[in-house]
Amino acid sequence: MSIKGTFFIILSFLAVGRLSAQDGSLLRSLNDSMDANKSRTHVTGTFKATHIINEQTIESPARNNLNFVIQHRFGELNSGSYNFFGLDNATLRLGLEYGITDDLEAGIGRSSYLKTFDGFLKYKLLKQTDGGGMPVSVSVLGTVTDYTQDMSDKPYLNTRYRTAYAAQLLIARKITRDLSLQVTPAFLHYNLVPTVADKNDVFAIGLGGRYKFTRRMSIDAEYDILPSNQVVSTAVHNSFSLGWDIETGGHVFQLVFSNSQSMVPTQYIAQTPGTWGKGDIYFGFNISRNFNLNKKR
Amino acid sequence: MNRLILAIIGLALICPSIAHSQRLNARNGFIGFYSKTALEDIKAENNQVFAVIEPSTKKIAFSVLLKGFVFVKELMQEHFNENYVESDKYPKSTFSGSYTGDVDLSKDGVYKVMVKGDLNLHNATHPVETPATLTVKNGHLIGVAEFKARPEDYNISIPSLVRDKIDKEMTVKVNIDWAITK
Repeated sequence: MSIKGTFFIILSFLAVGRLSAQDGSLLRSLNDSMDANKSRTHVTGTFKATHIINEQTIESPARNNLNFVIQHRFGELNSGSYNFFGLDNATLRLGLEYGITDDLEAGIGRSSYLKTFDGFLKYKLLKQTDGGGMPVSVSVLGTVTDYTQDMSDKPYLNTRYRTAYAAQLLIARKITRDLSLQVTPAFLHYNLVPTVADKNDVFAIGLGGRYKFTRRMSIDAEYDILPSNQVVSTAVHNSFSLGWDIETGGHVFQLVFSNSQSMVPTQYIAQTPGTWGKGDIYFGFNISRNFNLNKKR
Repeated sequence: MNRLILAIIGLALICPSIAHSQRLNARNGFIGFYSKTALEDIKAENNQVFAVIEPSTKKIAFSVLLKGFVFVKELMQEHFNENYVESDKYPKSTFSGSYTGDVDLSKDGVYKVMVKGDLNLHNATHPVETPATLTVKNGHLIGVAEFKARPEDYNISIPSLVRDKIDKEMTVKVNIDWAITK
């Protein structure tokens, strides 16, 4: 082959190379420079609602958003046909949750169970990021509860004695787009306990998670473990709850089953008398409605 | 003869780099989309659009991270990413196409052009054709366009419960400012 021929072949290759590089090469160069400039973003939607079932999640309302939460539990499933298997009775917690900033939330609630008031602050300490960096989201939650039910046989029960505190560390990870898990160590303090054998300071740990099976529905489970030798004078059990989340726009609707009747942490963690095995199961629902209070821009 | 061949090879090698130098890049372009219904106003804007234009070949391309769209309502932003465009699976939306009409970068002026190409969103590609304005002014090339896009064209399913809150056709606004490099 002549030198001219060789050069011609090389030239053709060069020309072909250029032509094929041109098609879509603009987009490729864009995507390359985009990947080079990629910054880590926070993981969103670890949970749909601010509660797994009873336990709070790391999620909180955005700044200047208000969540109205209605938590409702019917009576015990094993309370017989006379009580229509629990549907005749109900306990209710009404809650308001407000986002002071995107990371700080303040909330109040009132439960019909023991006529309990609760107030809490939740702060997002860490946020999980996409593609490495921060592996978990961590929030800290402090709750104060005070039950106001009249107890004429115990006239000494003043507000101080009725007050209890819960400090919880919420550690969650969105493992896949569908599966999120949360571990919640809790430290509870009761100003008054029934006997000297009972501990005023109680430690517990909560395990919870959700699995999304469609884009707008998920199954949730929650198990709150109370190590023994802390609550002694009354028979209490670990709280176990199952839920089914349905999200529609600004609402999250949860159908739940739980052996806890109460919905405040100082009560469901360490004062759950019922067990699933005996059928002490409360059916109910959580409804959360988001209101955006930001002025329209 | 050999000299001529060398010259041709030289040209072939240099030409792509010339074409390359004529590419204008922007990293802070703007894309916004808007929906207006009786029930809900939706507004989402992104100021981190990567855009490139090659006046010599009249080719144009955009790429944008969907997570960068900022909504007025934070919950809408979460639903947009989680339920509609699924930005964890398909993080980017891209456009690749070309424009018609001559634009002289060396002279200030306003040029009406037609842009035609493929818009990729949510792993679906749909053709888009829209009039646009390219303005050369003070060493900048500013591209402005507005067109309509239908969510259903990009396999984005909207539940019937909220369908009335979202416009059948979104208005998409694009505004890119390229600095003309010599």
